[in-house]
Amino acid sequence: MAVLTPTRKSAWQAYSDWANAHRKWLFAAPAMIFVGVLIAFPLAWTLYLSLTDAHGSVRAASHFVGFRNYLQALGDMDRFWPATARTFAFTLSALAVEMVLGMCIALLLWRPFRGEKWVRVAILLPLVATPVAVGMMWRLIFDPNIGFANQLLNFFHLPSQPWLSSTETALPTLVFVDIWQWTPMVVLILLAGLTSLSEEPDEAARIDGANAWQRFIYVTLPLLMPTVIVAVLLRSIDALKTFDILYATKGKGGGSFNEVETLNVYAYGLSFDYNKYGLASAVLILFFLIIVACMFLLTRRRKGSNS
Amino acid sequence: MSAAAVVLAAGSLTACSSNGSSADGNGPSTLRVTLANHVWTDSIKAAIPEFEKANNVKVELTQLGEDQLSDQYNVKLNAGTDEIDVMMYRPLQEGKTFAKNGYLADLTDKVKSNADWDWSDFQAGPISSTTYEDKVVGVPTITEREVLYYRKDLLKKAGLEVPKTMEELQADAKKIKDANPGVAGFVARTGKSAAVTQFSSFLYSYGGDFIDDAGKSAVGSDAAKKAYAVYGGLIKDQGPKNVSTDMSWPEAMAIFTQGNAAFYTEADSLYKNATDPAKSKVSDTVGFAPLPAGPAGSKPYNVPSWALGINSQSKNQDNAWKFVQWATSKAMTLKIQKAGVPGPRNSVWADPQGVSTYPKDLAAAIAVSAKNGVGHDRPLVNTVATAREIVGEPIVTAITGGDAAAAADAANTKFDKFLAGDN
Repeated sequence: MAVLTPTRKSAWQAYSDWANAHRKWLFAAPAMIFVGVLIAFPLAWTLYLSLTDAHGSVRAASHFVGFRNYLQALGDMDRFWPATARTFAFTLSALAVEMVLGMCIALLLWRPFRGEKWVRVAILLPLVATPVAVGMMWRLIFDPNIGFANQLLNFFHLPSQPWLSSTETALPTLVFVDIWQWTPMVVLILLAGLTSLSEEPDEAARIDGANAWQRFIYVTLPLLMPTVIVAVLLRSIDALKTFDILYATKGKGGGSFNEVETLNVYAYGLSFDYNKYGLASAVLILFFLIIVACMFLLTRRRKGSNS
Repeated sequence: MSAAAVVLAAGSLTACSSNGSSADGNGPSTLRVTLANHVWTDSIKAAIPEFEKANNVKVELTQLGEDQLSDQYNVKLNAGTDEIDVMMYRPLQEGKTFAKNGYLADLTDKVKSNADWDWSDFQAGPISSTTYEDKVVGVPTITEREVLYYRKDLLKKAGLEVPKTMEELQADAKKIKDANPGVAGFVARTGKSAAVTQFSSFLYSYGGDFIDDAGKSAVGSDAAKKAYAVYGGLIKDQGPKNVSTDMSWPEAMAIFTQGNAAFYTEADSLYKNATDPAKSKVSDTVGFAPLPAGPAGSKPYNVPSWALGINSQSKNQDNAWKFVQWATSKAMTLKIQKAGVPGPRNSVWADPQGVSTYPKDLAAAIAVSAKNGVGHDRPLVNTVATAREIVGEPIVTAITGGDAAAAADAANTKFDKFLAGDN
C-alpha cells in the first residue's frame, strides 16, 4: 500500500504499479471469470435457445422464432401450469411444515441437556444422505405391496395406503420425504440464530411475568426474525428447484399422470425425452424469473424487518 | 473451492483429449465403448481382454442404465463429442433420431467388406431397423419377442391348461386370483411409457396398430380400444392390489419372481431373471408359452432391442469397427445366446447349440413368435418418447379404472396432431 516515488522504472516496477492501480479488478478477476464462464454464458445460451426452434439436436440448424416458445409454454394448460402449481404446492407445504417443525426442534435443543451431542448428530443424519439414495429408500419403504410403511400400518390393523402409487397421495408423500430430509437444515440455521441471542430480553420478560408462549411470540421470535428469513429464503429456493427425489421415486414426467411433475422435471423431460431444446429453454427461463421474483419479494421483506 | 473445481475439470478435459487417439503412436490406442446394463454386456465385458490382446487396443468401458445411457448420448453427441467410439443404442427408440442427426457413422461399405463375418446371416427384421435411408448405421445385437410367463404350480392347482387365447387368459387369471388370496392373476408393466412395448402385442393380436398405412393415428380404432381395455382391465381386475402406474420391467418382474402373480407378459430376453434361482423364488415353477391369441391371432412383436453403432465423430473408426465385428461375430453371438440373450443371427438359431441352454417351452415359444411376429413394438417416429407417452395414456387410464375408450379417442386426436408435426 505504501506509495513509493519511482526513481528507475523497471519492467517489474511498471507491472507492479499497474497491478496496484488496478488491484480491485485483478483480485476479483478469478471470481469474475468463473461467474462469466459458468453462470453468465450458460444463462445467455439458454436465453438464446429459448428464442429459437432448436429441436432434435442442438447442432442442427434452428430458426429464430421470437417469443413463440414463451407463448406456447404460457398457453399450455396441460403441462406447464399444472407443473407450476405443483412446484408451488410442493414448496409451500414443505416449507411451512419444515419451518414450524424446525423451530420446535431448535427450541428443544436450545437449552443444554444430557446427551445433547448425540441427539444433534442423530437429527442431522437425514441431511448428509444423498438425495437420490433417499429417494430410492423411500420408494422401497412406500411400495404399496411389499413396502415397510404398509406392513407397519397392517401391524396396527390399519388399511394399506397407495402412497407414491396414487395420483392423490404421491405429491403429499414426497412433501413428507422432503420434510424428513430438510428439516434438519432449518434446525441448524435456527439453532445458530438462537444461540447468538442475548439472555437479557428474555429475563426481563420473565420478571415482568410473561409466560413461555408470550416470551417466544413477543421476545424470541421478533429477535430471531432475520435468521428465520434466511432459513425461509434458502429452503424455498432449494425446494422450488427440487429434482432428485421426484425423479428417483417417480421417474420421467413425474409419473404416468404427471402427478408429481414440477417445472424442473418438466423442463428435463422436454430436453432429454422430447429433445425440444427451444421450448425447454423457455420454460427454464420462465422458471428462473419466478425464482428471482420470489427472492426479490423475500429480501424486500427482510430489509423491511431490519429497519 | 469453485476455482479448484474449474482447474480439476479443465485438467480432466485435457487428460481425456490427450490420451484419446494415439493411433499413430506405438502404444495401444484407447477405444471408448459405451454399453447398457444387460446380460449381453456382462458376457462382452468378460471377453474384452481377449479383444484387447488380439488388437493391441485398450478398451475403456462405460456402462449405464437405459435412461442414463439415453441422457448421456443426448448430452455428449449433441455437443459433437469424439469421446465415444462404439455405442450401444436402441434402434427402435433412438435409431431414427440419431441417424437423422448424423450421430451414427455410415457402415454400409464396412458390413459388406467381410464375408466371414457375414452380414447376410442377420435376420431381415433387425437389419431393417438399423438401416436409415438405405444406409446401414448399426449392427443388431439383441432381439426380443413378447411371450407369456406363467406359474406351472398355480395352473396345476387350479386344474388349468396354458391359455391359448386372450379370453382364456382373462378367465384363468380371474380363477387363480379368486382361489389364491394375495396372489395376482396377472401382472405386466404399468408405466405410461414403459407399458407401450408390451401392450403392442395385445394391440396387434386384436388387429390394430399404432399408425395406419396412410400414416395416420390408429389408436382410436375399435381394435385398439378393445386392446386397451383388455390389457388395462387384466391389470386392474386381476393385478396386484394398489398397483402403481409407474412399473417398468424391473418392478413387474419383481412381483412375478416374488411369487405374487400367476401370469406375466414380458420380453423373452429377460427370462433369466425368472429362471435364475438367485433372483427368483419361482425359478423351478416358471413356464413359458407363446402370447395368447386375440381375434387376429397371436401376434407378438419381434424386434431388435439393442444394436451397436459407431459415433460419426469418432477418430478411431477402424478399431471401433473391429470391436463391432468381434462383438457380433458368429462365435460371440452363439456364446452370448447360450448365456441367455437371444441374438439376431439366423445361423445361430438354426444351430441346435443355439437353443440348447433355453428352457424347452421358451425355445418353442420363441420359434412361434419369430414366425408370426411384428417388426416393431412402438410407433416408429422421430420423437419416440413423446409418441409413447401419447399412445400410453389410455393404458394407464384403463388400469386406474377410467374410460379407456374415451382416452383412446383423446389419444387419437393428440397422436394425429403429433404425427403431423413430427420431424
